[in-house]
Amino acid sequence: MNSTDTAQAEGKSTSAERPGRSTAAPLEFRHVNKVYPGATEPAIEDLSLEVGAGEICVLVGPSGCGKTTAMRLVNRMIDLTSGDILLDGESIMTGDPVRLRREIGYVIQQIGLFPHRTIAQNVATVPKLLGWNRDRIRARTTELLELVGLAEMADRYPGQLSGGQRQRIGVARGLAADPPLMLMDEPFGAIDPITRERLQNQFLRLQADLRKTIVFVTHDIDEAIKMGDRIAVLRKGGRLAQYATPAELLMNPADDFVEDFVGADRALKRLALLRVRDFDLWSTPTVRPGDPTAAAREQAERSDLHHALLLDDHGRPQGWLSERDLRADAVPEIPDTVAVVIDRDSTLRDALAQLLEDGAQYGPVVDSEGRVLGALSVELISRFLASGDTTAEAPTDRAEAAAP
Amino acid sequence: MTPALGVLPAVLAQVEIRKRTGQGCVQENGFCPDWIANNLDKYVSPLLEHIYLTFVSVAIGFVIAFALAILAHRHRWTTGPIIAITAAAFTIPSIAAFLLLLPITGFGSTTAIIALVVYTLLILFRNLITGLRNVPAETVDAARGMGLTDRQILWQVELPLAVPEILAGIRIAVTTTVGLATLAFFAGAGGLGEQIYSENAGTGGIEFKSNVVVAGGLAVLLAAVSDLIFLSLQRLLTGWQRASAP
Repeated sequence: MNSTDTAQAEGKSTSAERPGRSTAAPLEFRHVNKVYPGATEPAIEDLSLEVGAGEICVLVGPSGCGKTTAMRLVNRMIDLTSGDILLDGESIMTGDPVRLRREIGYVIQQIGLFPHRTIAQNVATVPKLLGWNRDRIRARTTELLELVGLAEMADRYPGQLSGGQRQRIGVARGLAADPPLMLMDEPFGAIDPITRERLQNQFLRLQADLRKTIVFVTHDIDEAIKMGDRIAVLRKGGRLAQYATPAELLMNPADDFVEDFVGADRALKRLALLRVRDFDLWSTPTVRPGDPTAAAREQAERSDLHHALLLDDHGRPQGWLSERDLRADAVPEIPDTVAVVIDRDSTLRDALAQLLEDGAQYGPVVDSEGRVLGALSVELISRFLASGDTTAEAPTDRAEAAAP
Repeated sequence: MTPALGVLPAVLAQVEIRKRTGQGCVQENGFCPDWIANNLDKYVSPLLEHIYLTFVSVAIGFVIAFALAILAHRHRWTTGPIIAITAAAFTIPSIAAFLLLLPITGFGSTTAIIALVVYTLLILFRNLITGLRNVPAETVDAARGMGLTDRQILWQVELPLAVPEILAGIRIAVTTTVGLATLAFFAGAGGLGEQIYSENAGTGGIEFKSNVVVAGGLAVLLAAVSDLIFLSLQRLLTGWQRASAP
């Protein structure tokens, strides 16, 4: 927790120090084909897609769909058969592949840290290849290790780190030379679900500051929806089935294959894309003990929920007042009955889970200071799902809200 | 830890307590400390010859095995033939090898070194190639993906990671060569073997127990000390491995 907070703070100061740097480049696949020697079927067939500068493009699909191949074509770890790939408008096929690779961050699932080099030396790999001087390398290494919250590990060896820590070093190493493009092949694949979630959130916060162009490979549709600004769903033979934003992919799958791949619970997945705060909540009158009931009754009548919410001395939700409670002259004290309090920054999915867990039909929504903003109900959520309302989801919000 | 030390009991078995002293000791070919003390200087130059034979052979052997290993690493198909040839050479009895080479390279240390080099090749090559192959594929992939050239990958990643196996190979090769070099005098290259076997060396030959104990003991000691040196080197170069151990 501590280290991720540090990471976030460091990330912000980093971009503040160097304002206006443009370090992301657009990427474009143009009718790319890849046929492996001796293979009859192409691994990639006529793949065309554009990734805007600073966007995360997730390549997702079942195993063997060519998503890793597509990614590895970009830094010429695999050579394409025909078509072209443009990085910042220039073909990757002109020039030396070694030089190209030094300009592209590379993070793989098994990480591939050098076990015989210290963490600092690992991070310094590409800057050293680029011939940076010693002071600049040291400054950059320190900066990156602080960015991922592992500054104290600089002189350790990879074997001394946990899987999650190694993964963060892998990301730091990929970022070392401030590349305009990052390639990430299942970077959080080999990690336990809890650490994985944390790393994803940390990475999204980093990305909110760094704004790199990223090609991110995963087989996990949930990860794709969480990480991607746009998602390219590939089917076997490396054919593009759909290229769309997460919301669009969930709302309008292009065909049966995509629908099947995003899963039967795609409606629920859409809930993970939305925040409670983006939602039209039910209004709910709030009262305090001793307030006159007449006004409260009237307010409750006019509100969406027809119930008044009793607040305690600190303004926190205490309980829903029943009709009977409001028969008295003044609002009575009632025992604390509100178990579910929904944060406005949680996703609809989490909010729904909270409500279901408690068996509640509705719950008060509060802001970060605990002030009541309204009420969210299961009915509202199901109405949203039925309506097919595609409230656009802003990537910056996603990164912010990824805070644990 | 040091395989060479295993031979020590056999050498010490030559020491028969009852024949240690007295006028008849040397005549009876016994173990005579007085004689040893007086004649120790006769062993200095054979020992130096032995060290020379061993290290020159292992060094040349390493250079050749290294080149072969790089070849086999780049072109995998060459591995089988290289192992077949070096293994076949390894099976030639050493004395036969010395005698076979005599008509070609003549009497002297060249002949001995050629034969000894041939014997190191299999050991060194196998360990080099094992070390290179054991480097995790993802480490090499990451290195290539970050823009290291093939040469940089070899020198900065693969070889450093293969050091434990490579040095293990060198240790075995040195120990083996110290033993085989005791036969180098058949090719006229001197060494401790000459003291052990030959009547001409002026130390009484193989019948004289004092001589065998000293010459044999020096060979064992040489093997043990060399092994310790390379073991220390291995420790020195692979600090990351111990640091990484849980």
